Amino acid sequence: MKAAAITAMQHGLHNCEGCGLLSRPASGEDEGVCPRCGHELTFRKTDSIQRTWAYVIAAAICYIPANVLPVLTTTTATGAESDTILQGVVLLWSPTGWPLSLIVLFASIMIPSAKIIALAYLLITVQRGSIRNNRQRVRLYRTVEFIGRWSMVDVFVDTFTAALIQLQPLMSVEPGPGLFFFAAVVVLTMLAAESFDPRLIWDAASSNEVFT
Amino acid sequence: MYNQPISDTWLVGCPHCDLLQRLPELALGASARCPRCNFELWRRREDSLDRTLALAIAAAILYIVANSVPMLGLTVVGRQAFTTVLGGAQHLWEDGRDTVAALVLFTAVVAPALQIGFMLAIVLGARREPVPGWVGVLLRHHGITQTWSMIEVMMLGVLVALIKIADYATVIPGLALFVLGVLVFVLAGMQSAFDPRVVWERIEWAEANARREVERDAVAEVTR
Repeated sequence: MKAAAITAMQHGLHNCEGCGLLSRPASGEDEGVCPRCGHELTFRKTDSIQRTWAYVIAAAICYIPANVLPVLTTTTATGAESDTILQGVVLLWSPTGWPLSLIVLFASIMIPSAKIIALAYLLITVQRGSIRNNRQRVRLYRTVEFIGRWSMVDVFVDTFTAALIQLQPLMSVEPGPGLFFFAAVVVLTMLAAESFDPRLIWDAASSNEVFT
Repeated sequence: MYNQPISDTWLVGCPHCDLLQRLPELALGASARCPRCNFELWRRREDSLDRTLALAIAAAILYIVANSVPMLGLTVVGRQAFTTVLGGAQHLWEDGRDTVAALVLFTAVVAPALQIGFMLAIVLGARREPVPGWVGVLLRHHGITQTWSMIEVMMLGVLVALIKIADYATVIPGLALFVLGVLVFVLAGMQSAFDPRVVWERIEWAEANARREVERDAVAEVTR
């Protein structure tokens, strides 16, 4: 099928994010209210690019203390030892435990950094009005949106490790200051993905673009 | 100020690329995708409301059990310790990590409860004729509860923690761990059995007059 691509916005229609109804705002108005679900309507998410940048930059800043500060402190009879996320990965690495080590490596180190880079790439290409690789870019966005929650794994691992290993004076585990920053990275990148409007990827394409 | 709806409710804009298109008539279980960006616009579900209700009730029961029995226990040199999902968050709070504790509490306990509760209210409310407006309010916010409900992520985290601890002590998996494992699949089933279009089509509109006009337009088109 070949067809000229016309968007709801080019037709002057609001596409409700709440219920999916198309509706026409009063002439000359940018904003309106959905007659079906009562959601406030705009053509694109309000200040999507600025808000997403703010979250991405905040996440990138928190990413540093998240990886430098310890997330767990283990106290035994012989002394206390603090581990960062990366040290936790190394500790888990053993002939039998390496698959777990890989899960934590992916979820806690690769995914958060990949998300920050992917969102920055999407924002830069949208701001430069790129019209190339639209399908790949929207697929990248969906991957970021889908995979983001899995970074929370490490927060849960540390929570339940600390909750269980309370065997004073033999051994006890306390969460460290890095955990707060790590959790902040996860939440901020999830908020960034939510505030990005994927429709912006397609807006730069001219209206006589033809797709198959 | 309320917008003027268009008369053809089969005409939609893709949420991911805004392409204007008409939804096709679908067979049960079939789905329609955006031809430009491949977003799944609609999947028609068989008996959506009843099946979603059944799975939501099952999820509610599993959720209550999962949060009232121990999830993990451990024994080391004759000493035992047990924890529940709530206990994990509580311990974190007592250790002074209150922000992280609140996040764990929200994603593992509060958001799943809201996800199940909203869904129950939506499918029960959708049985009334016409469907009352508050169902729409819940449905509009249901996506947020789904985003932040992370039971499956918590399960993976618990399993990693289990194996980590197994080096130091004997770990006893509690009943809640198995119940949560089942709940993950029931929640996924509940989510995929649900077809929001069924509810939106019968809901009471925020602007009641607009709907009447749309219906009149549609009738005019047919009789023309």
